[in-house]
Amino acid sequence: MSIKVMIPTPLRVYAGKRDSADIAAATVGEALGRLTSEFDELRKHLFTEDGKLRAFVNVYLNDEDIRYLAKENTPTKDGDTISIIPSIAGGTSKNAD
Amino acid sequence: MSEILEIGISAELAAKIGEHGVETYPYECCGALLGRDPSFTEKDDSEAKGHGPSREILDLFPLVNRRDDSPRNRFSVTGEDVREAEKSASAQGLEVVGWYHSHPDHPARPSEYDRDHAWPWYSYIIVSVRAGVAQDMTSWRLKDDRSGFSEEKIDSVKVGAAV
Repeated sequence: MSIKVMIPTPLRVYAGKRDSADIAAATVGEALGRLTSEFDELRKHLFTEDGKLRAFVNVYLNDEDIRYLAKENTPTKDGDTISIIPSIAGGTSKNAD
Repeated sequence: MSEILEIGISAELAAKIGEHGVETYPYECCGALLGRDPSFTEKDDSEAKGHGPSREILDLFPLVNRRDDSPRNRFSVTGEDVREAEKSASAQGLEVVGWYHSHPDHPARPSEYDRDHAWPWYSYIIVSVRAGVAQDMTSWRLKDDRSGFSEEKIDSVKVGAAV
């Protein structure tokens, strides 16, 4: 079973300049795990040190945000596409939220 | 290894970023930087990552700050907004090469919060707006190891005729 993971432009440099990777996986979490095993440098930009998906990193399975599905346990099927899209956030240092 | 980073933006577009910051003052403004990065149009690996010719900003995609709880010192752009910015860039044959935001009454330097919410490669332009007047503008890229930002030189002359 193969699913396509689209690599966002800023992270392609850590994935051999590829814009996508075909990965065999049964869930979104497994796909991201295999992707970051294959391209280790990607990991720190997608996951925190304790292995959680960074809050500003959004993952879509065929245009559906996985937060509204089963998150990283969302099952995948042959031909699915996973997109990784950042939220952009920032601001000054005072009054951290 | 240090490298010289550079970003080209016309004086007109740079002024528009400042104007956006003034318009939303005392709240933060934000938007996407649409442009080209020649190091990514070449498929071969002859250039080391992060190196190569400087990137150019050719258009802006102003966005609405989604943070209504603390808009004076935070901005937020949703994944959907990012997709819209990418579509707009793609329609013009461009890419989203970075993001801009303002720091009302604060220096144009990235905060720890900025670092936590950044990816490498993108250019992050910050404009300081003090007492409603746009002042310094700086641009930054997150280091590969996420340890901090490298400042990049803003070349506001280079792109003048390219829009």
